[in-house]
Amino acid sequence: MSSARVLTALTRTLKPLDAYALGLGDDALIASHRLSEWLTRAPDLEEEVALANVALDQLGQARFLLGYAGRSSGLSEDELAYQRADREYRNCLLVELPNGDFAHTVLRLLFHSAYQRQLYSALGESTDGELAAFAKKACVEVDYHYEYAASWTLRLGDGTEESHDRAMAALTDLWPYTAELFAGDELVTALAGEGLVPEPEEIQGPWMEQVTAILAEATLGTAPSGTWRPGGGRNGMHTEALSYLLAEMQSGHREHREDRASAGA
Amino acid sequence: MPWVTLGDLGVVRSVECGEDKSVRVELTPTYLGCPAIDAMRADAARVLDEAGYRVESVSLRLDPPWTPASISAEGRRKLAEAGIAPPAHVTSTSKHPDFVVPLSLGVRCPRCGSIETALLSRFGASPCQELRRCTACAEPFPAVRS
Repeated sequence: MSSARVLTALTRTLKPLDAYALGLGDDALIASHRLSEWLTRAPDLEEEVALANVALDQLGQARFLLGYAGRSSGLSEDELAYQRADREYRNCLLVELPNGDFAHTVLRLLFHSAYQRQLYSALGESTDGELAAFAKKACVEVDYHYEYAASWTLRLGDGTEESHDRAMAALTDLWPYTAELFAGDELVTALAGEGLVPEPEEIQGPWMEQVTAILAEATLGTAPSGTWRPGGGRNGMHTEALSYLLAEMQSGHREHREDRASAGA
Repeated sequence: MPWVTLGDLGVVRSVECGEDKSVRVELTPTYLGCPAIDAMRADAARVLDEAGYRVESVSLRLDPPWTPASISAEGRRKLAEAGIAPPAHVTSTSKHPDFVVPLSLGVRCPRCGSIETALLSRFGASPCQELRRCTACAEPFPAVRS
């Protein structure tokens, strides 16, 4: 397989800020795909429309971020989305996990949208003008996603015995994956030093405050303790769930690659 | 909504025209994932081309971001006529963003004009719309998200 070679090449050619944008773009792209899997399967029409809208917003964010990440290396958003193998993806593990039931989807969206809210809000102050303009725009969008996820977390957690148990199960399953959202590395530290991106610790505090307040109000108790905190997505180490997702997401592109090549020739 | 122009919606951010009839246009998307933005760019280029201009570029600009306040008075009137409730128009006199307090004003029913309306869903038929219902005439209607 050539994927390891391509990954190495990509890691070397992408500038630090581009690599950072690629990680966020992959988060949005994979989150969007998971949400779109709910189409025709949502509990009712309003939820279907809501999840589709959130998916569309995430796709819009992914398009900007992948376009930004690849521009100086001559890679298009389509090449980045459809021609990379699983090990070349930089999204966090949280967004790639299978949807599970509606409670899992809601809790995941709560954690992810609360993170994007804090992140984009801080990124709006970036010394990179283009990234700052994007973040200000995206911030308005993820506010709606957060509001949706928070309102459903309250209804599920403080609802029936069944909905409470399911929300609790989702919390227990997903919580360990939230640590990776704030795992910094040398790349992030260097970029934060230049005022280009926020320090992970800077957004972790407000995130924790926001999320634990909603969990308490939803009668889901305090955040689970436990030392198992998986990570590695930002370095291309993923769960097997991502491989199946990509196989499906990229199938249309693979199927018609030759059509496009001949049309372009 | 062919009766509402991109200018009415505040989507057109700038138009620069040279003496040789060369023209550069900047558009801003209402939402980043707006599926109509490519059609808007193509339409703008086609209309200018048909009017005898030489289109150099129709580019996207995100800064400052689009908000419902970008919709003109004329645009709000046309939206209401089309059954889409426009956002309440609020202008701030403060120059400092820290002193601006966002308020959620009532949305008027585009059918009967009642201010007694309730939110059904934050998400509607397009990314820039939400779904509301009038408690006076009981009709559901789309509204521009504010």
